[in-house]
Amino acid sequence: MTLPVLKASDFASDQDVRWCPGCGDYSILAQMKKVLPDLGVPREKTVFISGIGCSSRFPYYMNTYGMHSIHGRAPAFATGLKSTRPDLMVWVITGDGDALSIGGNHFIHLLRRNLDINVVLFNNRIYGLTKGQYSPTSVEGQVTKSTPMGSIDHPLQPLSVALAAEATFVARSLDAHVKHLGETLKRAAEHKGTSLVEVYQNCNVFNDGAMAYAQEKKQRAENVIELEHGKPLTFANGTKGIRLVGTHLEVVETSDVPADDLLIHDETDPNPSIQMMLARMSYPTMPEPIGVLRAVSGVPTYDEQINQQVQTATEKKGRGDLNQLFNAGDTWSVQ
Amino acid sequence: MILVNQQITHVSLAGSRPTSKSGHNKLHMEATTSKAVRSVSGITVRLAGDSGDGMQLLGTQLTNTSALAGNDVATFPDFPAEIRAPRGTRAGVSGFQVQFASEEIFTPGDVLDALVVMNPAAMVTNLGDLRKGGILIANEDGFNEKEFKLAKVESNPLEANVIEETYRLIKVPMTQLTREAVSEFGLGVKIADRCKNFFAMGLVYWLFGRSLDPTLRFIRDKFGKKPEVAAANEAALRAGWAYGETTEAFGESYQVEAAELTPGTYRNIMGNQALAWGLITASQLSDKDLFYGTYPITPASDILHELTKYKNFGVRTFQAEDEIAAVCSTIGAAFGGGMAVTASSGPGIALKAEAMGLGMILELPMIIINVQRGGPSTGLPTKTEQSDLLQAMFGRNGESPIPVLAPQSPGDCFDVAIEAWRIATQCMVPVMILSDGYIANGSEPWKIPSFDELPRIEIRHPEGTDLDEPFLPYARDEHLARPWAIPGTPGLMHRVGGLEKEDGTGNVSYDPANHQHMTNTRADKVAKISDRIPDQEVYGDHSGDLLLVSWGGTYGACHTAVKRSRENGHAVSHLHLRYINPMPANLGELLGSFKRVAVAELNQGQLRMLLRSKFLVDCQGINKVQGKPFTVSELIESIEELL
Repeated sequence: MTLPVLKASDFASDQDVRWCPGCGDYSILAQMKKVLPDLGVPREKTVFISGIGCSSRFPYYMNTYGMHSIHGRAPAFATGLKSTRPDLMVWVITGDGDALSIGGNHFIHLLRRNLDINVVLFNNRIYGLTKGQYSPTSVEGQVTKSTPMGSIDHPLQPLSVALAAEATFVARSLDAHVKHLGETLKRAAEHKGTSLVEVYQNCNVFNDGAMAYAQEKKQRAENVIELEHGKPLTFANGTKGIRLVGTHLEVVETSDVPADDLLIHDETDPNPSIQMMLARMSYPTMPEPIGVLRAVSGVPTYDEQINQQVQTATEKKGRGDLNQLFNAGDTWSVQ
Repeated sequence: MILVNQQITHVSLAGSRPTSKSGHNKLHMEATTSKAVRSVSGITVRLAGDSGDGMQLLGTQLTNTSALAGNDVATFPDFPAEIRAPRGTRAGVSGFQVQFASEEIFTPGDVLDALVVMNPAAMVTNLGDLRKGGILIANEDGFNEKEFKLAKVESNPLEANVIEETYRLIKVPMTQLTREAVSEFGLGVKIADRCKNFFAMGLVYWLFGRSLDPTLRFIRDKFGKKPEVAAANEAALRAGWAYGETTEAFGESYQVEAAELTPGTYRNIMGNQALAWGLITASQLSDKDLFYGTYPITPASDILHELTKYKNFGVRTFQAEDEIAAVCSTIGAAFGGGMAVTASSGPGIALKAEAMGLGMILELPMIIINVQRGGPSTGLPTKTEQSDLLQAMFGRNGESPIPVLAPQSPGDCFDVAIEAWRIATQCMVPVMILSDGYIANGSEPWKIPSFDELPRIEIRHPEGTDLDEPFLPYARDEHLARPWAIPGTPGLMHRVGGLEKEDGTGNVSYDPANHQHMTNTRADKVAKISDRIPDQEVYGDHSGDLLLVSWGGTYGACHTAVKRSRENGHAVSHLHLRYINPMPANLGELLGSFKRVAVAELNQGQLRMLLRSKFLVDCQGINKVQGKPFTVSELIESIEELL
């Protein structure tokens, strides 16, 4: 039997997409549909689970199995599903409010357990569906409907959180950089273990241009570093680079330093310390990294192990027999 | 204690372990008492000491031994929420009550025939339940100035004149005697003193004519790796027995003959254990693997501890990061086609409320167990109560009815677990089981079923298709249930979610008429279950002066109270509800056939509120929220007041 070759359009459901015109979500949806046929997983074996928020409408637009769940809890639904159905490819679609505010707890625990699940976190630094309150990734001083005098919260950095939980795959991409986004999603899907992809996503209604420094092509070269495993960290068309000095990273002009002074990116290092330094680089003082910060292989997944324990117990004790269980221990008979 | 000569039912012991194991021959060298033996129909005894004194162990051993002797047994463990409350204080007292009888019993007993106390705190907090003339056995080594201070008593309570006058006080220097008994094994004082609960056990066994064999087996099993500790515990047990035999304080011992139970093979079972076994059984009856997502909470955690032992039965347990994740993981597993269960107690159920509403609107089958405890908030974690009934019925936003079942005894937890899964899968709906701390930790003899004779639970998943016809995930069958199409099935890809769905297609719908229709459908689906559950039964006549209504773990006390009232000539009947939502179809008619209806429950009147609103019956309430079960005598008193 030959498997039918699927196209991006085969992954589109019959529902009208209802995001605002110009929303960055469209680009992520398009890249996802484009990537999925390359993965070779049939549609019926693919499940999208989301929480609540604009991004979380995503499953309705995919012709796969899907669940639009409750606010912040998508990782927990996905955990129950993947633990019992390791044969499925499970995606979690979430946003900055969903994953980092109401669902912060589930987010870190999914990452530390390392279930073989892919998480796409749409980060637009604002609450869109509730019409414009600040989010846990909004920058300090940001004026929103709920912070008329500016936000006094210190923003949370999703990549740092993921690295602190020792996630095995941590990456970032941009909705505007579609090629990079597609490649990053594909790598996330191919990684065995929990993959986190943070996507800078523009909310053109409530937080337009919040990440223009990275999204706009003209500014991107100066403000973004595309990470490549085994390559020195350079940006600004190769004119600038990153050097490790003691426990800090600093920007240098590549012409001023010997080439081997530049930091070589190692996504496979199990020690997340330098990856954490990369995650903490932020505009405007530093360029922000996109691409794969961390991809550590060989860490057992939770879904693999929970099923392994069932198998081991069955091999050791034999498949459970209820009559035997009921009659084990002290019993007596009445005639 | 009543002197009755019972017909002895033939009982044969069928210990699980082969007796041919080397070193076990000594087991059968048991001494028999040379003193007088008095036959009684039943004994209620409570063992009370500090939480570190091993009273729970003593209690479970006495229970198992009595069950093996063919008695009917009922137990009530009562312990503090603190793992090690300050030693010697009243807060740290841990107790275990057991009634064993030669007749069928339904409660662990109201008043105590015998009370064993290891320290002053245990004595002052429990003495009130000992009947006049009852036996009070005290470890007199535990009664000293230091202990009086800890227990906040001014002088030695054993020396109060009223004690000697009211009870049969037997003071035993247990610590001293235990030390002597174990001296040959060279254990440190601390470890030697830990053997004193076995000394107390030996004494209690002598007093009630119990065999030492099951406990000797237990000791060898449990302490097999530490032979000196096993030997010391055995020596302490035998020393306690010998003390009873030789001391002049006891002129006679008591004997409780075997009870006349329905023929069959029995074992002792606790409520949480029965729930766990019922869940595994339901999974096998439906050819499903069991997924249990939960978060530790008293008094539900023992279900997790029990289930996780049975991975070779296809059981997967998931200890989630919190209560919400626990129920959400359960819904995820249900979506994947597994048998999915979560459990908690009141505070945890409150956290699960939003997700339960999602499970309900997703129309996926699952079981949610609430082992109730005293509330509100953290309340009384280790004490029993039935105050989460309205939470179970209505504790979700929006119109979100779900079926609610309540087991009536430890053994009944097994049957209710299976019934819950049958209903959940037949109707594609989450089902709530309302257990409580009293039956969760209580135990009773359980007639062992044969797995092969239990009715199967048939589940249908729609087959895959490569037709272009759109799949209708919200099409309805005769029970108004939607199809359980699971991921991995070709052609049936669909999306579920918490937004209102269009009937049939399952597309998101804000249509006003559709929302009304779906709300009605989900309610009708649950209401229709009453067509398929058994008619409500009544103990006693189907009409009369008073109908006592109860639900859940209060069954035993209410049944016994009505039985006694009827023996006293009153026209009282008992109606015990296991199906809370929906209620049995004939319930309204039954309620209307009595002059008065009273509802006894361990809350402020929650079932009464439901019955009044549903049937417009003027129910009276018998209510108590003291963290304790009903006593039979207080129920009889209430019944007589109402007549």
